[in-house]
Amino acid sequence: MAAHRLTFPVDEAAIRTLRAGDEVTVDGHIIGIRDRTQIRIFDQGIEPPMDLRGALLLHTAPNVRKLGPGRYEKLCIGTTTSARMVRFTEPLGAQYGVRAICGKGGLPDEAIEPMQRLGMVYFAIVGGAAALETTQIEEIEEVAWEELMPECLWRFRVKDFGPLTVGIDAHGNSLFHDVQEEAKRRLEDLYARL
Amino acid sequence: MTTVETDLQGVVEDAAAHLYVWALKDIPQDLRDALAAARLRETSVTGIRVLETIHRNVNIADRDGNLVCQDTGIAVYTCRVGEHFPLHPTRIYAALKTGTERATLEHPLRSNAVHTITRENTGPNTGYRLPIVHWEFVPDWDGLDVKCVPKGSGSENMSFLKMCVPADGVKGIKRFVLDSIVGAGGKPCPPGIVGVGIGGSADYAMYLAKEAITRPIGTRNADPIVAQLEDELLELLNQTGIGPMGLGGDVTVLQCHIEHADTHMTLNPVAVNYQCWAARRASAHVSAGGDVDFDREA
Ligand code: SF4
Repeated sequence: MAAHRLTFPVDEAAIRTLRAGDEVTVDGHIIGIRDRTQIRIFDQGIEPPMDLRGALLLHTAPNVRKLGPGRYEKLCIGTTTSARMVRFTEPLGAQYGVRAICGKGGLPDEAIEPMQRLGMVYFAIVGGAAALETTQIEEIEEVAWEELMPECLWRFRVKDFGPLTVGIDAHGNSLFHDVQEEAKRRLEDLYARL
Repeated sequence: MTTVETDLQGVVEDAAAHLYVWALKDIPQDLRDALAAARLRETSVTGIRVLETIHRNVNIADRDGNLVCQDTGIAVYTCRVGEHFPLHPTRIYAALKTGTERATLEHPLRSNAVHTITRENTGPNTGYRLPIVHWEFVPDWDGLDVKCVPKGSGSENMSFLKMCVPADGVKGIKRFVLDSIVGAGGKPCPPGIVGVGIGGSADYAMYLAKEAITRPIGTRNADPIVAQLEDELLELLNQTGIGPMGLGGDVTVLQCHIEHADTHMTLNPVAVNYQCWAARRASAHVSAGGDVDFDREA
């Protein structure tokens, strides 16, 4: 399992070098997004006012303090459960060129095929480790759709963001799938011992 | 009498406001120890990465005075009220509610409370029937113990109930708990505390499961038969391989706590309520005279 450092946004070639289980640390810019943000983009058909090409999207609803128009200070920024947003994976890649999705708890198997075809990955962050995550977000550079607070579109500048684990790679591998398969095998033995 | 009641209500309100923020920032020592022991036991590369990151995170929360986790949860309190405590539970509830609101506004904390249908925000982590309070009434005593357990949604969403039948026996209970935790995978931020409620009725089993997660980590049920089931389930759950954050590994859960109630001869309910690794809790003891003793370990 290799360790990588990537500066986002990235191109497809960089994504294809990653393998499930690898450790990744991220610098550069990442974009915060959540349920309502994606419902607006895809269900209401409203174009996002930020360029998502090559982007790393973070599933988050940050705790912030407003400083002035469009300006926010970070208080505590963490990551939410990804599974409920899985249906947006394919269109994020196909229509907007998103390269990576970062969240906690993993994405169901339906994300594996589009990620492989489109050259995308899922990064598993350590859920709940928000005190650490907050120190790795250097600045909130831009906020769009403030009326969806806190489920806006956020542009963060990050440094040493991680450690992230490649949960699903662009080659058809998913740690979450493998862990579930293994657990089901083990359960058969455990049932026999009850 | 009126003056005493008013003062005591203020004391409980101040205590609640302090407990909510304290719980979110500073996790108990028994939990820190359990997480450290988990790190020593874990052998998978991803599992070690997760547990070391959790350790770093807890230290940074201490250093920066920041929240351990961003999800301020729903405020859940457990209250043990002595029969001679000179403040009626209606006033205790009012104090807990106002305390929760003050903590949320003064810190400030993210407010999560919404109307369950309209999804509109209902108040600073309060609303209709929020916060949630578990009551216990204690005879021959004039004190109050109050514990705040902020409950995050990622783990609360991993709650499961099954009305096993008596013929399913203890095997059925074990199987359901195993299936629940494997099915939950990484979503409830493992490794945490698996709370199990058995017996009673459907609603009471889930209530007991929630009580189970509020206990200091690794404590055992007073009934030796139930305590043995806690040990057995802990061992079984850690053989599933789900691992820290569901990425695979040896440590799937830190503990399994069970609370039970006697039940109907044709019932065998089992409820699972998961508490994530950020198993936050903070307690205070309030005397009849209004002295407050904050307690890290209760
Ligand atoms: S499940 Fe617990 S640790 Fe994970 S994000 Fe929610 S509150 Fe935090």
